[in-house]
Amino acid sequence: MGDLKEGAARGMEPRSGEPKSPLPMGRGLGGGGPPMSAARKNYVRPLDFKQGRVDMSHGSGGRAMAQLIEELFAAAFANEYLAQGNDGALLPMPAGRVVMATDAHVVSPLFFRGGDIGCLSIHGTINDVAVMGAQPLWIAASFILEEGYPLADLKRIVESMAAAAREAGVTVVTGDTKVVEQGKADGVFITTTGIGTLPEEGMLLSGDRARPGDAILVSGTLGDHGMAIMSQRENLSFDAPIVSDTAALHGLIAALLATGADLRVLRDPTRGGLATTLNEIARQSGVGMLLSEAAIPVKPVVAAACEFLGLDPLYVANEGKLVAICASADAERLLAAMRAHPLGGDAAIIGTVHEDAHHFVQMKTSFGGRRIVDWLTGEQLPRIC
Amino acid sequence: MKYVDEFRDGEVAKGLATAIAAEAKPSRNYSFMEFCGGHTHAISRYGVTDLLPANVRMIHGPGCPVCVLPIGRIDLAIRLALDRGVILATYGDTLRVPASGGLSLLKAKARGGDIRMVYSTADALKIARENPQREVVFLAIGFETTTPPTALTIRQASQEGLKNFSVLCNHVLTPSAITHILESPEVRQYGTVPLDGFIGPAHVSTVIGSRPYEHFAEEYRKPVVIAGFEPLDVMQAIRMLVRQVNEGRAEVENEFSRAVTRDGNLKAQALVSEVFELRRSFEWRGLGEVPYSALQIRAAFAEFDAERRYALTYVPVPDNKACECGAILRGVKKPQDCKIFGTVCTPENPMGSCMVSSEGACAAHYTYGRYKDFPLEATA
Amino acid sequence: MCLALPAQVVEISGNDLGVVDLGGVRKEVSLALIDDVAIGDYVIIHVGYALTKLDPEEAAKTLALFEEMGTVETQLQ
Repeated sequence: MGDLKEGAARGMEPRSGEPKSPLPMGRGLGGGGPPMSAARKNYVRPLDFKQGRVDMSHGSGGRAMAQLIEELFAAAFANEYLAQGNDGALLPMPAGRVVMATDAHVVSPLFFRGGDIGCLSIHGTINDVAVMGAQPLWIAASFILEEGYPLADLKRIVESMAAAAREAGVTVVTGDTKVVEQGKADGVFITTTGIGTLPEEGMLLSGDRARPGDAILVSGTLGDHGMAIMSQRENLSFDAPIVSDTAALHGLIAALLATGADLRVLRDPTRGGLATTLNEIARQSGVGMLLSEAAIPVKPVVAAACEFLGLDPLYVANEGKLVAICASADAERLLAAMRAHPLGGDAAIIGTVHEDAHHFVQMKTSFGGRRIVDWLTGEQLPRIC
Repeated sequence: MKYVDEFRDGEVAKGLATAIAAEAKPSRNYSFMEFCGGHTHAISRYGVTDLLPANVRMIHGPGCPVCVLPIGRIDLAIRLALDRGVILATYGDTLRVPASGGLSLLKAKARGGDIRMVYSTADALKIARENPQREVVFLAIGFETTTPPTALTIRQASQEGLKNFSVLCNHVLTPSAITHILESPEVRQYGTVPLDGFIGPAHVSTVIGSRPYEHFAEEYRKPVVIAGFEPLDVMQAIRMLVRQVNEGRAEVENEFSRAVTRDGNLKAQALVSEVFELRRSFEWRGLGEVPYSALQIRAAFAEFDAERRYALTYVPVPDNKACECGAILRGVKKPQDCKIFGTVCTPENPMGSCMVSSEGACAAHYTYGRYKDFPLEATA
Repeated sequence: MCLALPAQVVEISGNDLGVVDLGGVRKEVSLALIDDVAIGDYVIIHVGYALTKLDPEEAAKTLALFEEMGTVETQLQ
């Protein structure tokens, strides 16, 4: 988010050797500067978070942008790295191996039952790092804001992100803001990049490690997030109490790793749902899979909503669930560990891996017949037929 | 979900499977056509075929209105969106149907066409009311189940005096299609299939009743069992068909008695006759021109008829030469018999009507059943 | 064009509109195509319209038929 005066405001001395500039100037905001409390305020009045809206000046690099950064972003995320106030955050070299992941978040609507684009973005990136078995540490967040977007809503989003980061024990260390003309963005787009670490030694969790005989588990009910979103979209309204499952999974993952179970793959089944994730793993590992429909947990109300819209819950996005593949001997142990964790109460063993040159993901239906659970064709459009 | 879950019970399915196997005479084969796309989908999605004995075979009929919508009709919709700047409202199923020039409605949307997916005609009317300065066209497709909602919408638009709303009508009729399959000259070209009976459509029948099928049963000596949509309904209907064949009967039986009566929904039928009339002929993708098989909007509602309003001219467009949909729709060939199945022609890149929607025979087989074409390397 | 669902009528508003419930999911639909519908009735819904009422007695009969184990003739085979 450009450079910040937040550190100065909290009374921290600017780093030595930096030129002191009394006023923030364009994009090149000098690091530090005199402590805020001592200097005259740079802004005539504070941002109007009740009625104010994002306008083009908030992205121009000038005073307005600096104010937005200081009064909103820096205030919400407040930490020592942001406080450095430079274009890039100087981070200590982490021990072990480094994992990095990035995600763009373009969800619409921005606020939904169970969450918003803010916490979703933090959870999503934490999860991408955590499914590698890595401990998530730092996040970079860049925002593309649409001209006219209400500051009150932006504040809610940023504070939600900050809360999610704090709860998860990760730090937003650097960021950026741009503003585009009205109509060129859906309110807010957020891109987050996360860094985490893995111990130097030890097997890497990887999509190519599934082997015939392995067990397939999911950590809970499927389709909650996607259907929570669908229930708020234009043209599709229904009063179903479906809540997004958006959550940071690194705590659950740490618990699974601690069991010592022989874990091969961990993934979070987001866009495209369980079916897509399993097909990806099957192809990467060169194996086939057989699922049992009766074992796959889906909340009855989510199943009903899918029926209504002609959707298949296996293809609906999840934002707080895991797919885990492990050696079959460890399946029960892993299941117990999932169920013992608050985010894994509905966990289940849903299938097995076997040899298959065609990499089909097959399923025994509750009805007793068989079918394949194929790759998604295009975007999942609701069926009418 | 009440009236849904009980009809999907796997334990009851086992009992029905045993019953069908017991009643089907090992000395003969049984070939039944399920006409309706919803039945094709149910059979594939639940794996019903696995529960049938080997001598009972299901043939997938042309009862998928998306699949039988000709390329030329989609072209009309695309041109309205791209050239005339209308807001085109459509059901989700039609968005991916490939049309001329490498376009589909989805691709036309990417090119700037204002194409919007709706769940209901009521949504299309809403769009028209909310955008009085724009022209709104609803792309109407479907068999007799979907026609009454369209009729209602046109009548409502007329009552409200809406000036910017019209319908591009592609509604088609079930009984004519079945007759066509049994009778047309093309069948002689492709070869007749020993069809022993039909599973009649579920929700079409709630509207038209069971009476219209009595004609086939009598004229062509083929039993018809109207079945509900759930997999147990389908299995029970198959059992009833097997029984009819064994007993030499050719009657109309109603398995879906909880929603279908002999007369059907008279209110809906009256509404449909008020707004629509028969077209002399209509092209069905894969079947060619079928007489008296489709509906057009009556003159009294001309201003709501997109074909009149925009003076549209229909230009037929032939399918890919290698496409075997015509034979597949008649049950003469299977998807696997088509040279381009699964290679050139896939759900991502459908070449013909059978692959276009998830209920088409080829799409259903590709999406749910193609693993059966390869020897299973592991069983579990 | 056949995807249709049985749902229970939980509200009837004016203008031929009503609200149905399927497994906890509620949606407003049009009741214009049927007559004599009451709260508690089950209807078949298709593209936002109720097409017909569901007959609970016939439903029960159908379920019972599923369980029937075959005619005497086949039992003798």
